Amino acid sequence: MKLGKFILKRILQTIPLLVIVSIISFFIIRLSPVDPLAELRLNPSISQETLAKEKARLGLDKPIIVQYGLWAKSFVKGDLGITSNGEKVSVKLIERIPNTLILTLIVIFMTWSVGVPLGILGAIYNKTKLDRILTILSSVGMAIPSFFFAILLLIFAVKTGWFPVGGLTSYDFNDMNFLGKFFDIAHHLVLPVTVLFTLSLAGLQRQMRANMLDVLDSDYIKFARAKGLSENKIIFKHALRNAINPMITLLGFEFAGLLSGAALTEYVFQYPGLGRLILEAVMKSDINLVMASLMIGSIMLVLGNLLADILLLITDPRVRG
Amino acid sequence: MKLLDIKNLNLSFKMENGVFPALYDVSLSLNKGEIHALVGESGCGKTMTAMSIIKLLPKNAIITSGEIIYNDTDILKSSDKELRNIRGSKIALIPQDPMTSLNPLYTIGNQLLEIIEKDKSLTKEEMREKCIEVLELVKLPDPKNKLDIYPHELSGGMKQRVIIAMALASKAEIIIADEPTTALDVTIQAQIMKLLNEIKKEFNTSILLITHDLGLVGEYADEISVMYSGRIVENARKDEFFNNTLHPYSKALMGALPANTNDKILKTIDGQPPNLQEEIIGCRFSPRCEDCDITVCQELPCLKEKTPNHFVSCHKV
Amino acid sequence: MFKEILKDKFAGKALIILIVMYVCIACANFIAPYSKDFSDRNQAYAPPSPVYTITEEGKLSMPYTYNYIRVFEPKLYQNIYTLDRSQKHYLKLFVKGEQYKILGVIPCSIHLFGTDDGGRFYLLGTDINGRDVFSRLLFGGRISLTIGFLALFILFPIGLLYGGISGYLGGWVDIIMMRFAEAVMAIPSFYLLIILASVLPANMTSTQRFALIVIILALIGWAGFARVVRGMVLSIKNEEFVQSAQTIGASKLRVITKHILPQTTSYVIIAMTLSVPSYILSESGLSFLGLGIQQPDASWGNMLKEAQEYINILYRPWLLTPGVLIFIAVLCFNLVGDTVRDILDPKGKVR
Repeated sequence: MKLGKFILKRILQTIPLLVIVSIISFFIIRLSPVDPLAELRLNPSISQETLAKEKARLGLDKPIIVQYGLWAKSFVKGDLGITSNGEKVSVKLIERIPNTLILTLIVIFMTWSVGVPLGILGAIYNKTKLDRILTILSSVGMAIPSFFFAILLLIFAVKTGWFPVGGLTSYDFNDMNFLGKFFDIAHHLVLPVTVLFTLSLAGLQRQMRANMLDVLDSDYIKFARAKGLSENKIIFKHALRNAINPMITLLGFEFAGLLSGAALTEYVFQYPGLGRLILEAVMKSDINLVMASLMIGSIMLVLGNLLADILLLITDPRVRG
Repeated sequence: MKLLDIKNLNLSFKMENGVFPALYDVSLSLNKGEIHALVGESGCGKTMTAMSIIKLLPKNAIITSGEIIYNDTDILKSSDKELRNIRGSKIALIPQDPMTSLNPLYTIGNQLLEIIEKDKSLTKEEMREKCIEVLELVKLPDPKNKLDIYPHELSGGMKQRVIIAMALASKAEIIIADEPTTALDVTIQAQIMKLLNEIKKEFNTSILLITHDLGLVGEYADEISVMYSGRIVENARKDEFFNNTLHPYSKALMGALPANTNDKILKTIDGQPPNLQEEIIGCRFSPRCEDCDITVCQELPCLKEKTPNHFVSCHKV
Repeated sequence: MFKEILKDKFAGKALIILIVMYVCIACANFIAPYSKDFSDRNQAYAPPSPVYTITEEGKLSMPYTYNYIRVFEPKLYQNIYTLDRSQKHYLKLFVKGEQYKILGVIPCSIHLFGTDDGGRFYLLGTDINGRDVFSRLLFGGRISLTIGFLALFILFPIGLLYGGISGYLGGWVDIIMMRFAEAVMAIPSFYLLIILASVLPANMTSTQRFALIVIILALIGWAGFARVVRGMVLSIKNEEFVQSAQTIGASKLRVITKHILPQTTSYVIIAMTLSVPSYILSESGLSFLGLGIQQPDASWGNMLKEAQEYINILYRPWLLTPGVLIFIAVLCFNLVGDTVRDILDPKGKVR
C-alpha cells in the first residue's frame, strides 16, 4: 500500500512539471515573429470558415496570457487544431507516435540486453585487454554523428540492395498478410535501429562498467566474499542489482536522448516518426503541429522518467523509505 | 591450544613506482576460546594481517613468504574452493563498518540464509528457525519480524548484531573482528564487545580482535600483540603486558590513554607512522622513539623472548 | 595536467590531433589554397585533383597536376570530368594566391601550397558550387570547433550560479528554481533546439546568426548542469569552512561565489571537457538540417547537407569528409575528457 501511495504522489508531481513545460513551450513559440496562421492562409484549400474557427480557438486578438489559457484548455480537451494542410493535428500525431515508440523501445531493449553484459565484462576484466578493447569501441561508438552514420548506412543499403532505403513500409504493404507485414516493418527498422543502437550502446556500456566497478569495490561485496560465497553469486546476486539500480534512473534520460537522436535519424531515413514530423512542421512553420508535437515529446519524456522512478521504487527498498 | 598460527608472513604491495613491503615477518597465533588483540595505529598492517587469514587481499598485494596454519593445512596454499569453505564457515569476519557491509537490496533474512544454506541437510522451515535462533542469540529485539526488513531500516548497532549473528550461524571457530566498534556510538560499543565476549565464553570461539583502543584490550583480551609499521613489536599475555610493558611504542600508547596520565595534558606520540614507501634505516620506530640510541638502533631489531612468553623487538630493552 | 594527458597512450595522441586541428583552423587563411567563398561554377562536383610524381614518359618529376575539363555526357545525362593533359601545373609551396588579412589587419597573399599559372588544385574535390572542399573544411572547422566552446562559456556561469543559488538558499526558492530547471530538461533537447533555431529571423548577418546559435546551444544545456551543481552545493554548504564564512558575516552571494562554487572546480573541468563533443554534434546536426549555420558560410554540418542526396554519396564520396572530421574531433575530445576525469577524479566521485 505504501508503494501505491508513493506512485500516486510521484504521478501528481508530474502535473505541475507539465504545466511549466507547456508555458515554456508556448511562450517560445508565440513570442517568435512567425504568424501562426500564415501557412494556413496561404493554403487555398482551406476555407475562410476553418480559418476563422482556428483564429477564435487560438484567441489571437487577445493578450498572450489569455491565449495560453485558451490553448491549454483545448489541449486538455484533446483539440490540437489543424495542420497547415488542414488535417487534424491529433490524427497526425496518433499516426506518428507509435512509430517513434516502436523505434525507441526496440533500441532501449537492445542496448540494455547488450550494454549491461558488456559493462559487466568490462568491470570484471578491468584493465585487461578485453576491457581496453571495449573502451575503445565505446569511444568510437560515441563519436560517430548519428546522421553521418545514417548516411553511411544508406550508401550501404543502396549499394547492396539488402535493405530498403528509408520509410517504414513497402509500397505493397497493404496487400501483405500479417506475417508479411511484420517482416516488412522489421526489414525497414534494421537500419534506423542500428544507428540509434550504436549511438546509445556506448554510453550505456560505460555507465554500467563504472557502476559495476564502484559496486565491486564496496564493503558489502567484500563482506560477501568474506562470507565465502561463490564468485557467481557475488556478481550476479549482490553486485548486479546494485549496479543496475542507478541505471534505471538514467532510463528516463536515455529515452530523452533517443527522442532527440531519433529526430535526425528519422530525417535521414525518411522514417515516419515524431521527430521527422516536428522537423517538417518546424520547416513549414506549422505552429499548431510544432506546439503539439513538442508537448507530446515532453509528455513522453516525463512519462518515461515517471516509469523509471516507479521501477526504481520497486527494485530499491531504500527509495521506499 | 593453537588453533591458528601465522608464521613469518611477509606481504608487499605492487605500486606504479615499485614494490613496497607492508608486512615483515608477522607471526601471530590464536588459541582456542581466547581473544587475541592486535593493536596499532591505522595503516600499520593490522587489517592486512587479518585479511591474509581469509586470503581476501587487494589485487596488488602479494604474499611473498610465510604460512598460515589452520587445521594442519596452510591456508595460503588452499584452492579457491577450499578457501570458500573456510570463509564464513570456519573463519568469520566482522567488518569495520556495519553500515555499509550489508547489501542494501536484500533483506536481513536473505543475507543470513546465504550462510545457513551452506548446510544442505536443513529444510526451509528449519533454516528460518535457525535464522530466528541466531538473531535471538545476538539479542536483536523482535527477531521474527527482522527477517523481512532491509538493512537501511536498522541502526548501526543492530546491523553489527546481524553481522555477528552471521558468524554464529556458521558456527565459526574463529571470528576476525576488524575494529568492530569504531563506527558505532560509545554506548553501543560496550554492548557489542560484551556480546562478543559472551560468544567467546559460550561457544569457545577464538576471536582475533583488531583495534586501536587499548581500553577495550585491557577489558576483554587474553593475549596482546602490538603492531607498528608492518611488524609485531611486542607480544605477551594481557596481565604481563599491562604490568610490564617493554617496547617504547607500547609504552607510548599506554601513556596516551587518558586514565594513565597524571598530567592535565593528554600525552601524544610525536610524528606520524611511516608510510609504506618511506625508507627508514634500522628500527622503523626510531624516528619517533624517545629512547632511541642511534648507535644501536641503526640495525633492525628482531622479536626476542625477554621474559617467558613475552616477546619484544627492541635493542634498548 | 598536460604532461599527464600526453603520457596516456590514446589521450596523448588525441590531444596532439586536437592541437593540430586548432592550429590548422587558426591558420586557415594560410593553409587553405582558396578562400571560403572562392567558387568556379564550371567546376561543380569536380573530384579530387590527381597528383603525379612520375611523368607519362616514366621519369621522376616534381609533383604536378592537370586541370579538369567538364564535358556533358548525354547518355548518362550528367557532367563528366576529364583531365586536360595538355598542360602540367606544378604543385608548389608558399605560392601567391588570393589576398587575405593576417589577424584581420596585415594583408598577405601567400598560401601554404597551390599550383602555378592558372592551375586548379582541389585536394578533396569541389562541392555543388565549385568551391574547394578542403579549403571550406578549414573554414568550417573554425565554426564547428569553436561554437561548442563558446556555448559552454555562456552555459557554465549560468548553470553554476543558478545551481549555486538554488542549492544554497534551499526552501521555496530551491523548489521553484529546480522545478523550472526540470521543466526545461523535460523538453526533448533536440526538439527545443530546432524550434529555437527555426524561430531565428532569416535576414540576419552571419555573425548574428552564429552568436544566436551559440546562445541557443547554451540554453539547452544549462539546466542539467545546474541540477548537478545544486546537488554538490547541498553537500558542501554544511561543511565547516562555509559555516565559518557565514558566521563572519559574508554576504550570501559572496559565500556562494567565493566559498562554495570554487569547490566544484574539478567537476566543472570534467563536465566541460566531456560536454564539448555533444555541442559539436548538436551544431553539426542543426546545420545539417539547414537550421544552423547558413550558406555561404561553411560549417562541417552544413557541408554534409549535400551528402543527403544518393547520387552524391554514391559518386562523390569526398563530400563525406566533414563527417569524418566531426567523428575524429569528437573521438579525440572524448578520449582527452576521459583522461582528464581520471586525473582529476581518480576515485570516480564526480559523475
